[in-house]
Amino acid sequence: MKNRMIEKIGASLILLATFAYIGLTFLVDNSFQKTDASELDKIKGPDFTRMLTSLDDAPPAIMFSQVGEKINQYNHDMVSQKGISSEEQKAILAELDGKAATYSEDVIENSLKKKDWAKEKLTEYTSWMIGRDWESFEAFEGEFKAKVSDVNAAVVNEFGVGDGGRENFRMEVMKAGTPDWLRSGMAAWLIFGLATLGSFIYLVPLAQSSPGIKNDHIYHRKSQTGKGSALLVFAALVAFYIVLYKFPAFLVNQSVLLDPLSEWMSGGASSQWFLYGFLYTLTMFIMGLRMFLKYRGNKYQQVRTASVFFFQVVFAFTLPQILTRLQLPAYDLKSAWPLEYTFFFDYRIDEYLQEGTLGLFLLFWGIILFAIGVPVFTYFYGKRWYCSWVCGCGGLAETVGDPYRHLSDKRLGAWKIERYLIHSVLVFAVVMTVWVAYTAFTGTSELLGISSYSIRSTYGFLIGFVFAGAVGTGFYPVMGSRVWCRFGCPLAAYLGFVQRFKSRFRITTNGGQCISCGNCSTYCEMGIDVRWYAQRGQNIVRSSCVGCGVCSSVCPRGVLKLENGPEEGRINENPIIIGSEGAKLNLSE
Amino acid sequence: MKNGTVIIGNGIAGITTARHLRKNDSQRIRVISSETPYFFSRTALMYVYMGHMKFEHTQPYENWFWEKNKIELIQDYVERIDPKSNQISLKSGEVIDYDNLVIATGSRTKYFDWPGQDLKGVQGLFSYQDLEALEKQTPKPFEKGHPTKRAVIVGAGLIGVELAEMLLTRDIHVTILVRGGHFWGNVITASEGEWIGKHIASHGVDLRYDTELEEIFGDEEGRVRGVKLSNGEELPCEIVGVTTGVTPNVEFLTGSGIEFNRGIWVDEFLQTNFSNIYAVGDCAEMRSPINGRKAIEPVWYVGRMMGEALGLTLAGKKTAYRPGPWYNSAKFFDIEYQTYGLVEAKESKNQKHFFWKQDGANQFITVAYHPESQIFQGINAFGVRLRHEYFDRMIRAEKSVADVVGGMPAANFDAEFQRRWVKEFIASFHAQTGIKPKKSNILKSLLTR
Ligand SMILES: Cc1cc2nc3c(=O)[nH]c(=O)nc-3n(C[C@H](O)[C@H](O)[C@H](O)COP(=O)(O)OP(=O)(O)OC[C@H]3O[C@@H](n4cnc5c(N)ncnc54)[C@H](O)[C@@H]3O)c2cc1C
Ligand code: SF4
Repeated sequence: MKNRMIEKIGASLILLATFAYIGLTFLVDNSFQKTDASELDKIKGPDFTRMLTSLDDAPPAIMFSQVGEKINQYNHDMVSQKGISSEEQKAILAELDGKAATYSEDVIENSLKKKDWAKEKLTEYTSWMIGRDWESFEAFEGEFKAKVSDVNAAVVNEFGVGDGGRENFRMEVMKAGTPDWLRSGMAAWLIFGLATLGSFIYLVPLAQSSPGIKNDHIYHRKSQTGKGSALLVFAALVAFYIVLYKFPAFLVNQSVLLDPLSEWMSGGASSQWFLYGFLYTLTMFIMGLRMFLKYRGNKYQQVRTASVFFFQVVFAFTLPQILTRLQLPAYDLKSAWPLEYTFFFDYRIDEYLQEGTLGLFLLFWGIILFAIGVPVFTYFYGKRWYCSWVCGCGGLAETVGDPYRHLSDKRLGAWKIERYLIHSVLVFAVVMTVWVAYTAFTGTSELLGISSYSIRSTYGFLIGFVFAGAVGTGFYPVMGSRVWCRFGCPLAAYLGFVQRFKSRFRITTNGGQCISCGNCSTYCEMGIDVRWYAQRGQNIVRSSCVGCGVCSSVCPRGVLKLENGPEEGRINENPIIIGSEGAKLNLSE
Repeated sequence: MKNGTVIIGNGIAGITTARHLRKNDSQRIRVISSETPYFFSRTALMYVYMGHMKFEHTQPYENWFWEKNKIELIQDYVERIDPKSNQISLKSGEVIDYDNLVIATGSRTKYFDWPGQDLKGVQGLFSYQDLEALEKQTPKPFEKGHPTKRAVIVGAGLIGVELAEMLLTRDIHVTILVRGGHFWGNVITASEGEWIGKHIASHGVDLRYDTELEEIFGDEEGRVRGVKLSNGEELPCEIVGVTTGVTPNVEFLTGSGIEFNRGIWVDEFLQTNFSNIYAVGDCAEMRSPINGRKAIEPVWYVGRMMGEALGLTLAGKKTAYRPGPWYNSAKFFDIEYQTYGLVEAKESKNQKHFFWKQDGANQFITVAYHPESQIFQGINAFGVRLRHEYFDRMIRAEKSVADVVGGMPAANFDAEFQRRWVKEFIASFHAQTGIKPKKSNILKSLLTR
């Protein structure tokens, strides 16, 4: 009872911090009127500054669309100033007088006297239309109008704000309107400090309990069985990912909170990605601490939790900031292709090649990591060395995802879906990489008639954002902690091949000691029906096993042990359960 | 063989028989059982109550498995067996013909005719129905103000500890009545029992040693109100857990002609006195047990191993049930227990013990060996995990205790990074017994079997 009180106090503080944090979007005004005009001028010049300062103060939730309108208006102005108006278009068509063949550079020159930029573009875009045979004037007219729109779109891209950079631009603009006190560091300390303090308090009862397995009441709680508050967490996580990737400007206040930290680390201002990295690391810290306490008495769990946290803090969070400070390409050095699917993108290859020795080192490091590191380490230790000791996605799953690990689907049907899905993603990743690498090295964007840019943007959206982000993490509370790792991660598929076919790793089943209780299967985050093997006296060798070791931890009879040993005899398809002489023939099901 | 095999009981013994028979033969197989529609793991009942799992997680096979493997499941109770006409009668009135019959009816809680044992709130922990009854008698998870606040558990054995652990998760105060002077006194040694007792007490359980149950009192509505102990003391309680042991389910055989003692008499082929009727699992009693084993062994493994052998026999590959060295395992709150071979509760002229405990940790081991021949007889391990196959080999080969202890590094089955204890254990063995352990490493051969 006392413990529940303490937990409630802790949870209240965490909730309070969360509300304060979300409240920044809805309650804390952004103001352009109070911002130094010379600062605003840097964004798009005085015209745009005037537009911004005409806006009333409002929180990001409202400012978001208002800034959007201003951007539209600015684009519109740019088109009227520099683009081709409908009158001008009409004039050109009128001049042709129904004869497409008379279309020429002179016509363009005459009608667009003062608009040099548009004139040049239109000439460029329509030079192929000059002196051609047209079926009809209407055919020409349709084509011509399309090109005029293209010119105007180019004007927007050149002078205004194009679609591609729109959200980052909106973020940049709105940052300029954030109040100074948010950036002082105090607010960050308050909010994140409160959340951390609340978490510490929440963990006190766990810290005081005796070492041992602590799974009491998991299936009695709605929050851990995909009901009630779990659905709220689910919705919140998915929403967070959508906002983060698609509408980051809603998070502008949250992002600038971290300006002091970001400046201290990298020398630059915070961004939504810095915010994401920070939240990722902080929640991993808190939930990692929880893992540490939950698995007291189980060193394997503690050591690997410490390990994933170390790699998160040092490699994923800190090192890229330092590299940025040194003006070097800032990447997460532990993230291996094909999980790190941008590794062969043209801009990255360019960066490596431009940075001299260090750039080359980064290029070789990345290649050695996936071409040699992955198979060699996996041969000796199984895929766990990456998935539950190093990987950032794995690290989040093992800490933040731990309360949900049992929700993975153990049915045979789920295993089938898993194999189709994950291998398809691997194929997709390889194909995409072939295309982008071709582009990076030859400079040609099309291969077999398919544009590498469209492949990579499809991959980035479907796999990078939807699968790995919104589904991979968002679905923790309903489908368990390893949705991405199990169904989607191409690196996991690759590691899995090695683990299944050429590795010393296995989970040994201890003779005939299994009582088929099902704890191991229930708590397998990868949905492996561990019991199926254990009760037949068979070692568990499965490509999906990330070696988290929880099956072994929760087994009440000491049946399972993660081991590296000789390959010979690792996979015993027709196991003989020791214990009796009678049944030498234990055939597989 | 048009009627094929009919199996009574869908526990581990009956189901293993069915599976192994199916693997080796295509004859018709029917399994009749009254408790639940599908096979589940009885050993996991506690985890369902404590919220570690849902009941469905205790079912080792998905529901489609049975149809796919053509194992017909019938949920009904068998009232009578008529060996002369090869028929059984079900409670529903149905009569079923069989060619071969397997009785795998398991066991049930044993009661000792205590006054008041029929009161509401007195129960054992064996069946799914027991679990339901317990759920009814006790507060729901997190519920406040429920009238059930105290429980008295009679019998300090494995199921008694499980029941205690379960009840504590619902904030019920638990008292366990221990017949002897230390915990599970008829099975583990006094030093072991003492440490286990301390550990259980550290979880807030009130252990009463040398105490037995005299009588159970009820209120006007027939619910438990309290108990009277052998020392005359009275304890108020709303639950009485009976965990003094189990007894085979054989009453329904009375008058059938099938011979039984406490369990159903079977030979090494698990055959009863009728050539087409067999018995396996908790309900079977071996006429001549081998390898120093007991006639009735109501444990999971025995049901499984018997089922494996009988499945083959029924498929025409006649196979005797020949259990190897005894092994078992359990868990006392946070302390895991594994045993291999035979460690008696007390030393005797035929057995000597070496006891070792890690300072400051709940890890302790007893090694049993013959005082003269120094042949290794068995080991009890608490808080450490040991490799089954290592001891199985050592015992079968009648290795000396010096060999077994010396080779123990290969027997360690603890998770990686756990505190190493084997070196200290071996050194302490040497120092205390004067026997010099012989080094050997068979780990590789264990791993590549
Ligand atoms: C709480 C608990 C924990 C345990 N833990 C362990 C452990 O850790 N390790 C271990 O080795 N052992 C353990 N055991 C013992 C083990 O579970 C039993 O030895 C094993 O289940 C016996 O299997 P069985 O197939 O012989 O019988 P059972 O599992 O008892 O199955 C027999 C089935 O037949 C049904 N039946 C009986 N009579 C009839 C009839 N006339 N008509 C139709 N159906 C009938 C019963 O309802 C029952 O469903 C535990 C037991 C319990 C209760
Ligand atoms: S947890 Fe252990 S005893 Fe239970 S089913 Fe799994 S391997 Fe068997």
